Amino acid sequence: MKPTRPTNPGAAGEPSADVRETGPPGGGAERPGAAGPGGAAGSAEHYLEVADLSVAYRTAGGEIPAVRGVSFGLEPGSKLGVAGESGCGKSTVALALLRLLPASARISGRVLLEGEDVLAMRWGRLRAVRWAGASIVFQGAMHSLNPVHRIGDQIAEPLLLHDRAGPAQARARVAELLEQVGLPAWRARSYPHELSGGQRQRAMIAMALACRPRLIIADEPTTALDVMIQAQILRLIDELVTDLGISMLMISHDLTVLADTCDRLAVMYAGRIVEEGPADDVFAAARHPYGAALSAAFPRVGDPSSRRAPRGLPGDPPDPAALPSGCAFRPRCPEVQERCAEVDPVLWPAGPRRSAACVRVLSPEQARAAGVPPAPAEEAGTGPAAEGEPRADRDPQAAARPQPQPEEM
Amino acid sequence: MSRAALVWTRRRRALAGYARAFAGNRGGMAGLAVLVLIALTALSAPLFIDDAALSLTGAEGGRFQPPGPDYPLGTDAFGRSVLDLVVWGTRISLTVGFLAAFVSVALGTLIGVVAGHFGGWTGNVLMRVTDWFAVLPALVMAVALAAVMTRSTLTIIIAIGVTAWPTTARVVRAQTLAVEARPFIERARALGGGHAHVMLRHVLPNVMPVVLAQTTLLVAEAILMEATLAFLGLGDPGTISWGGIIQEARNAGAISSGIWWYMVPPGIAIAVVALSFTMCGRALEGVLNPRLRERP
Amino acid sequence: MDTASRAPAGRTAAGPPRRGRPGLHPAVRYLGGRVITALVSLLAVMVTSFFLFRVLPGDPVAALTQGRAVSVDQLEAMRRDFGLDQPLPQQFLDYCLGMLTLDFGMSYEYRVPVSELIAERIGPTLLLAGTGTVLAAMLGLALGTRAGWRRGSLMDRVDTGLALTLWSVPSFWLGLLLIVLLASGAGLFPTSGMSTPGVEGAFNVALDVAHHMVLPVATMVAVVYAQYMMIMRSSVLDEKGADYLTTARAKGLRDAAVLRRHAVPNALLPTVTLIFLNLGRVVSGVILIETVFAWPGLGSLFYSGLRVPDLPIVQALFVVFAGSVIVMNLLADLVYPLLDPRVRT
Repeated sequence: MKPTRPTNPGAAGEPSADVRETGPPGGGAERPGAAGPGGAAGSAEHYLEVADLSVAYRTAGGEIPAVRGVSFGLEPGSKLGVAGESGCGKSTVALALLRLLPASARISGRVLLEGEDVLAMRWGRLRAVRWAGASIVFQGAMHSLNPVHRIGDQIAEPLLLHDRAGPAQARARVAELLEQVGLPAWRARSYPHELSGGQRQRAMIAMALACRPRLIIADEPTTALDVMIQAQILRLIDELVTDLGISMLMISHDLTVLADTCDRLAVMYAGRIVEEGPADDVFAAARHPYGAALSAAFPRVGDPSSRRAPRGLPGDPPDPAALPSGCAFRPRCPEVQERCAEVDPVLWPAGPRRSAACVRVLSPEQARAAGVPPAPAEEAGTGPAAEGEPRADRDPQAAARPQPQPEEM
Repeated sequence: MSRAALVWTRRRRALAGYARAFAGNRGGMAGLAVLVLIALTALSAPLFIDDAALSLTGAEGGRFQPPGPDYPLGTDAFGRSVLDLVVWGTRISLTVGFLAAFVSVALGTLIGVVAGHFGGWTGNVLMRVTDWFAVLPALVMAVALAAVMTRSTLTIIIAIGVTAWPTTARVVRAQTLAVEARPFIERARALGGGHAHVMLRHVLPNVMPVVLAQTTLLVAEAILMEATLAFLGLGDPGTISWGGIIQEARNAGAISSGIWWYMVPPGIAIAVVALSFTMCGRALEGVLNPRLRERP
Repeated sequence: MDTASRAPAGRTAAGPPRRGRPGLHPAVRYLGGRVITALVSLLAVMVTSFFLFRVLPGDPVAALTQGRAVSVDQLEAMRRDFGLDQPLPQQFLDYCLGMLTLDFGMSYEYRVPVSELIAERIGPTLLLAGTGTVLAAMLGLALGTRAGWRRGSLMDRVDTGLALTLWSVPSFWLGLLLIVLLASGAGLFPTSGMSTPGVEGAFNVALDVAHHMVLPVATMVAVVYAQYMMIMRSSVLDEKGADYLTTARAKGLRDAAVLRRHAVPNALLPTVTLIFLNLGRVVSGVILIETVFAWPGLGSLFYSGLRVPDLPIVQALFVVFAGSVIVMNLLADLVYPLLDPRVRT
């Protein structure tokens, strides 16, 4: 066992010890592998590191891929947003992180939580990590809370389980948590149906904070709420996560929600991350046509560029059982090229700390190095249409400087 | 292609899909196979069993002869072959089972569709009546009916049919409401379709699959109920039925004197037929109600 | 939204809004509604019982004595005894007034008030039906939960197959079979009745009754548990995909705890109602089992009443049987709020 792990249920009795333990953001620590299994508390560079995560559902008609090789990292205290249409695999990623997918799902790759591979854990260890190491704020709190148990009991459940708290201790902590999320303490005695949607989501957040996890996975936390409540809940999550130094993975179909809350953004399409980078940059100037379409679909309030008519995207996401050849986005792409049918794009560097899975971000040299056929315009020798050029006005350095992309390696 | 042909094609395709799904259900297929076998036996029984062997006076065997080469299942109190009796009993069991289920399903479908279609006051009253009938213990009701009417097979059919319909009515009403919420009903109404037109041409065909599954399950219950009534001595004294054989065995003292071959075979026959119908019904239900179907 | 909009006062106050807000209407209205519905059903049952045996094909005396040699004098006597010489409305009025005062008339066979017979026989029936139902419900719920949670497993298939097979077996036949095998054959259990004459002492009597109960209760449980099991199984299946179970798993609960603490309480809600609604079958089962085992309860009284025929007994028991189902349904409605907080408020 790892006695030094703050998330170990046996060691989590001391309040807030694990919360303060968050390492300096971006602090250059050793790679998780070098830290060794016992040295996890010495803090890896990433609290969470996902490498080549793939999920396929076994069905009568063969395996259907839902997530196809997703990699990302999450530094302690940082916030990553994952965006995409429904069915792109983003919720599957969220559930795969704690192995909560149904038995028909086949997961491969690595999910390192503080250097320890969640996918390789024994059940007992996995149960100990669940909620104490990483908790989840589910979407639609109406259904995610048990209708026949009181709110307080549901919040106290992980406390009794992981922190071995006594009933009185748990009750005090529940009151404290409810207060933290802006609910009166007596609400502990209410049942979910007695609360409004926003209140339920607050209770859900209190529950997620219960064991002082260092990572919160927020899966569409505001989707079922109306706009005013949505803003309140987002602000609450943002404040709490920032104050407590918790890392957060937030998943939403709404790019504005993520851009407002998160440091970095990843855009998913057909089971893959197609664009990744600093939230503001991705939102303002996506390098992948799909990312661009998404950000155009959700104009940010107060953003002058949002006065442009929002651009909807024709068509539907592809059937995961029958993906098109080459780039999965090809059939819907407004800027599709001939070579898109041949190349299966991976995340290529696309600017400072950015990457995108689109052949258009590659300079001719990079393309040659990656074995990608040249753009048609290049062959014709027409400069302005060449790759990288049209985007240079948005991000001058993008094409010029290849960037390291640690997550993809 | 005309619209009617289009609709027909769509329905046929749906039916083919159902058939495939049903074929994939092992329990359902086993039940169906057993039922086909039993139905064939029942139909061909007169070919190899003559009336004399079944009459109280004409039977050739001795009293309570144990199973042997001449009588595979032994003989009863009157020297009749128990095997012959059980085979012959299939006829009455299946007849009563099917007809009683048909009566109750017809009644239940009528009430369910009307209640679902009209809703409001009419629907409420009909459902109240249904609820109330559902409360009545079916056996007590059937026993009472069978007791006050002439002792005949028809009485048994009516007694079972009249008491078993509330379940069907509820299921059909729910299905009717679901069907009527679909847009094509709106269109049919807009095109001037009257109540009868909507109910007969649109609601009924869409409710039928559910009704079919319900019928299959009800046949099993009806067969059990028939046996029960016959056992209680409320059946037609002139016919041979499984419940009746068990009653005769009991009255003849077979229970205390250990003449097991008299009472065991008819009971097994009842259980096998009822189980087969139940398996078929559950398989049908699973096929028609995707929510119950095994996830891929 | 619902609560937020109707409880603003409660939110500013120090405590939650009291359940007993002005009027306390919801609970009272709920209970009142259920009780009235039950009373209406009971009335309908009484009416049915009356007309079923009188109005159907003409003369109940003739119908009930068919196939028997009865003299004209006897028929006349029966008519007078039943008050059948009175006009129908008068009969109905007498009947209703009688029912209200628990006066069900005189038994034709036993020559004592039917209410006395019922009072004497109701204990054994309650003992048998109660024990059987409780055991069957416990067995059914446990097996159904197991089967639903592990749907498609070998255990599920075996449990379900066995349950369906037992359900398909006629209860009277199973009872007879058990008698042949274990009572008249092996002599392990008494073949009939509820007690052995001459047994003294409370403890010995209890033991004797328990001994007599084994086979009838076993028969009843075997035939009845299947439906409880299938109901619970499908209700667990319904809950299986629920989001709150994912939450519970994400919290790190063991599979067994997810099932016991989260899935079962929710799956019980529809099951309890359906179990109570299915009590009609218990009544039927009791009639048959009492007949087979000569258990001195209401079921065998009903059966013998049918054979005599004893109209007052049959008529009264019809009301008692149907009434007990109505009462059970009412109980289900009263128990439900205890289980489901959503109905309570």
